[in-house]
Amino acid sequence: MLQDLAAVDTHTLAATAARYVGLLPLIPLAGFLVNGALSLIPAYTMGPGDPSAAGHDHDGAAAAHAHDVDHAEQSGATGDDHHAVARHPYAAVASVVGPLVLVLSFALAVAIWLAMASAGEMNTPYVQRFFDWMVTGDLKISWAFQVDQLSMIMVLVITGVGMLIHIFSIGYMGDDPGYPRFFAYLNLFVAFMLVLVLGASYPVMFVGWEGVGLCSYLLIGFWFSDKANADAGKKAFIVNRIGDVGFLLGMFLLFANAGTLDFTGVAASASSLGYDSALVTTICLFFFLGCVGKSAQLPLYVWLPDAMAGPTPVSALIHAATMVTAGVYLIARSGFLFAMSPTACITVAVVGTLTALFAATIGLKQWDIKKVLAYSTISQLGYMFMGVGAGAYAAGMFHLVTHAFFKALLFLGSGSVIFAMHRAYHHTGSHEDAQDMRNMGGLRKYMPITFVLMWIATLSIAGVPPFSGFFSKDGILGAVFARAQHGALADATWLGMPGSAVLYVLYALGLVTAFLTAIYMTRLMLYTFHGPNRTGDAEQAHLAEAPWSMTGPLVVLGVLSAAGGWLDLPAALPLGPVGVLEKWLDPVVGAATAAVAGTATEAVTSTEYFLIGAAVVIAILGIVVAVARLKPAALVPKRDALPSHGFEHVLEEKYYVDEIYDDAIVHPLVSGSRNVLWTGIDRGIIDSLFVNGSAVLARGFGWIGSQLQSGETGAYAWAIAIGALAVLGAFTFR
Amino acid sequence: MISEALFFSAVLFTIGVVGVLTRRNAIIIFMCVELMLNAVNLSFIALSRLHGSTNGQVFVLFVMTIAAAEAAVGLAIIISIFRHHKSVDLRNINLLKG
Amino acid sequence: MNTLVYTFHFYLFGLLAIASALAFVTRKSPVAAALWLVNTMFCLSALYVMLDAQFIGAVQVLVYAGAIMVVFLFVVMLLNLGQASDITDIRGLGGRLMAGLVGLAMLAELFALSRLHFPRLMGAMTDHANIVNPVSGPLFQEYLLPFEVTSVVLLVAVVGAVVLAKRGDNVS
Repeated sequence: MLQDLAAVDTHTLAATAARYVGLLPLIPLAGFLVNGALSLIPAYTMGPGDPSAAGHDHDGAAAAHAHDVDHAEQSGATGDDHHAVARHPYAAVASVVGPLVLVLSFALAVAIWLAMASAGEMNTPYVQRFFDWMVTGDLKISWAFQVDQLSMIMVLVITGVGMLIHIFSIGYMGDDPGYPRFFAYLNLFVAFMLVLVLGASYPVMFVGWEGVGLCSYLLIGFWFSDKANADAGKKAFIVNRIGDVGFLLGMFLLFANAGTLDFTGVAASASSLGYDSALVTTICLFFFLGCVGKSAQLPLYVWLPDAMAGPTPVSALIHAATMVTAGVYLIARSGFLFAMSPTACITVAVVGTLTALFAATIGLKQWDIKKVLAYSTISQLGYMFMGVGAGAYAAGMFHLVTHAFFKALLFLGSGSVIFAMHRAYHHTGSHEDAQDMRNMGGLRKYMPITFVLMWIATLSIAGVPPFSGFFSKDGILGAVFARAQHGALADATWLGMPGSAVLYVLYALGLVTAFLTAIYMTRLMLYTFHGPNRTGDAEQAHLAEAPWSMTGPLVVLGVLSAAGGWLDLPAALPLGPVGVLEKWLDPVVGAATAAVAGTATEAVTSTEYFLIGAAVVIAILGIVVAVARLKPAALVPKRDALPSHGFEHVLEEKYYVDEIYDDAIVHPLVSGSRNVLWTGIDRGIIDSLFVNGSAVLARGFGWIGSQLQSGETGAYAWAIAIGALAVLGAFTFR
Repeated sequence: MISEALFFSAVLFTIGVVGVLTRRNAIIIFMCVELMLNAVNLSFIALSRLHGSTNGQVFVLFVMTIAAAEAAVGLAIIISIFRHHKSVDLRNINLLKG
Repeated sequence: MNTLVYTFHFYLFGLLAIASALAFVTRKSPVAAALWLVNTMFCLSALYVMLDAQFIGAVQVLVYAGAIMVVFLFVVMLLNLGQASDITDIRGLGGRLMAGLVGLAMLAELFALSRLHFPRLMGAMTDHANIVNPVSGPLFQEYLLPFEVTSVVLLVAVVGAVVLAKRGDNVS
């Protein structure tokens, strides 16, 4: 089926820049190879007499590490992420190659997008097939890329935001000994992510899916000589894998029943799977399991907060803008499947909403600035799933795009803050935690540009108009409310409850979450930028704005966060062209959206005004409550902080979820593996019984054989006689 | 008569086998082997008579010739063993042990 | 051919052969054993003649009893093994019982095999005039090659026997 479409060179895009879509992942891949080659050259170290090496017991060990030439990678990893020991000799080359490939990719993406935009109506995707990948029996999977409106949105976000983050990394990671390795992994990640969104079939997408998981592991554990970082990387990879099993099972079921795995083919045969049948629901839920793992929803979200152990640009790119949104993309892409199963849709929406609420509560009480943003990411991803679960694919994608803008801005901004804090501590030789908000405060005096930009992002995420987050969040909440009133979801039942009731509850929870979002983000801003400074008098002299290579991208993201709302204005607020994004995505997700929602894609205009009003009021109320109740002046630095009690403590300890998982799942598995599988089966049965046992058996037979060689001729005569008897017997009794 | 002859042959052969298994003197054992060969000769002759041709008898000639050659060589071996061990008892000839 | 006299003599010589063989196997003295074996061969020769293999019967006496057994006796004499030893070289009771069992088993099997196809009575012999010709004919025509090879074997055996029985080369 793929061939029939690809053979159609008469597709409107065939003669345009879109025919170079195959290059799109190859450019970052080339960057990976170049940077990877550079990273294999070890960083030379500073001598022990270097003044900046004095006073840090880490650095002595790091210098010893860097001497270890046979393990070139190790030389790039120091014990901690904050003290640069030795700049890589080819850092300058990496600084050019790394971001350059992203700039080139972005340029190509823009060219393809322009070609699409000027081509006018495009109802079928442009599929370019490269080669046959797996051909066996009924299974025919080709390596093919699909250029359509949905994939191009993702490509633009990935390459655009990615490009900004790469430029930011030049300043942030420039002094790290493993700097080329960083860009290598980052480029590889972008390559895989592009494969993920450009794939024309589930298997190709899965290649990208797994690849980004791998890169996430590599990047989270970038400073792997600190075991905690390596553990965080492992945790991310393993938890992701649990979800990937779901993806695989979904693919298997899909192939067994639909006979095809490419998107166009499945879309065509989706209706044959039976509306709201157990089969289609199972397939959808398996795919959603993959999303739960990759996009950090309940219960597989635990890896994302730990992933903050990686460098901040990694957190910005992977764990805010791109990789974690792969799940949302998957569901949007599989709209034709989910449209067949209201049960699965509502399940997705419920899980998303609960995750959003759950993570928002935890975010209220975190002190590490990156952890707050991590839980905020989980919460916002919950919103996106609420959107696509309710069948509002365009709204979910819109929130994905705006979230990429303001979350990347928040992470990079916090990166600037951490960078400044580190520099300050480095100068004074202090070992305080540079990421804890209790050590910050009043930074707006020292970092005004970052301060303004972070407030733009905060207002955006809280949902205050006219920033982009307001429009996207309102889009989702409005869509949920509309579908609660009538449509396929409202008519369906979920676990015995009527769908409309469930959706109304989800809407209410969404508002509560918005309230909490406003609170914790304002809290972050208050503790970091307002109030008195708690960093210390000696450090204050060194707090300053980050260099322009880092602040520049922040400004761009700030503009996008502020103005991004114009991408998809609701009909109720025609401040410009209405629903640009929705119309753009209509050829891809329009059918699925209509199947789920019927006519209720948006609420009636009067209701819509009410909903918008409610959202704005909630957001502003949250900010006001936060400002009124939280006293930044009352905070003490981390080292003097008193432990918290009661429910506060539970929130601070993230509801002890990690500990519960450890005790309930991890420890039994590990001890079971060690004691039963390793000691019992591997050593006891396989080693002792089979391997050693067969040796013993062979020796035994050999011993028996040796007893026959007694050397006594008489015994040999006996043997001949017995043998003759046996042969005669064979003849006699034949 | 043929089957009687074959019966005699079988009995003689068995006596030869029992002799080989029972005795320990190398020369006696050798002679038992000769007895076995003779038994086989009787079989050949009887069956040759059955078929009415003389091919079996020709073969008996060959058996006898080879038995003679074998006896010569075998006894020479026994002589050289005797020179080494000063005895022809089979218990002492166990250099094949291994 | 199948007269009573014939049958009687056939059985006589047959049983004599078996009795001699039994005596041979149970003698303690090698010389006595050898002589009993010679007797066995005489009886067998008689059986051969009665089975119309007159030439072979003659050759049996000439070669087997007259040459081979004589060589055996020479060796016994040479190695001075003639006396019956006090320490018997017959195996113990257990060994003899086991050997007996093996023997009985073998006999039973041979009996079963031979019982099957062979007639009790003989047919008439075709040619009485020629005794040597029927043997020598195939010997020098059909079986010429084995004949020649056998002569080579004899040569090798002679050489081998001389070499093996020679006294080892002492210091010249």
